[in-house]
Amino acid sequence: MVSINGEKVNADGMSISEYLANTSYDLKKIAIERNEAIVPKAKYDETVLCDGDSVEIVNFVGGG
Amino acid sequence: MIPSKEEMTAAMTARHGAELQERFSSATVAICGLGGLGSNIAISLSRAGVGRLILIDFDKVDITNLYRQQYKAVQVGKDKTVALAENLKEIAPYIEIEAHTVRITEDNASELLIDADIVCEAFDKPESKAMLTNFVLEKMPDKYLVAASGMAGAGSANDIKTRRITKRFYLCGDGVSDVNESGSLLSSRVMLCAAHEAHTALRILAGQYEV
Repeated sequence: MVSINGEKVNADGMSISEYLANTSYDLKKIAIERNEAIVPKAKYDETVLCDGDSVEIVNFVGGG
Repeated sequence: MIPSKEEMTAAMTARHGAELQERFSSATVAICGLGGLGSNIAISLSRAGVGRLILIDFDKVDITNLYRQQYKAVQVGKDKTVALAENLKEIAPYIEIEAHTVRITEDNASELLIDADIVCEAFDKPESKAMLTNFVLEKMPDKYLVAASGMAGAGSANDIKTRRITKRFYLCGDGVSDVNESGSLLSSRVMLCAAHEAHTALRILAGQYEV
């Protein structure tokens, strides 16, 4: 299981791109941290989630 | 009469202690976007004695900014960089200000931010927030990034928080309150979020990295 924004998700073996495809996140408004490191946007396709990974998808909203 | 640099430094040192004051005065902080967040961050940091600020915004002061941004009615029409520099110099006459009246993009960000110890993201559009966050964390890994997301509406002040996402990435706000949904931004709630960003920057300079 992968922890994504604090929730256990069965996403083992999925790439970040594959995971995101089933969500409503707008790629232009997010940053993703995996195990304490930022995942470069160019690496969403090749970054495969593993059992025990901790992922945070930061979804920016408007206002400032 | 304006106090001398020595007098102002002595007054701040009396409050902060010599070590902390030296850390603040030798620091450079970049503020990306000079709206409700950025103008308030700049005022907090200049009052604390941060030595050098890099101020970046392409926009001019508009009458619709005055209800929450730290500008004055007489400054409507001025570049925000120029207007904010004027206001900061009145508060902290010896602060060093590097102002850039440009839109930050992936093409110019490295050059604009190279001298900063800490980068404060203070944009309003989520796409710009995400662009800067990804850029700084990917391409400038020696920087600390303090960003904000979620301060719109009239929700509780106590929902505004600072979280440490990675060792060098801090995120302030409630994470969800979108101006495009709530339709409003209250000066007090934006100031709260700006204060979280400024306080995080000062804590990083003080060597206190936990939130």
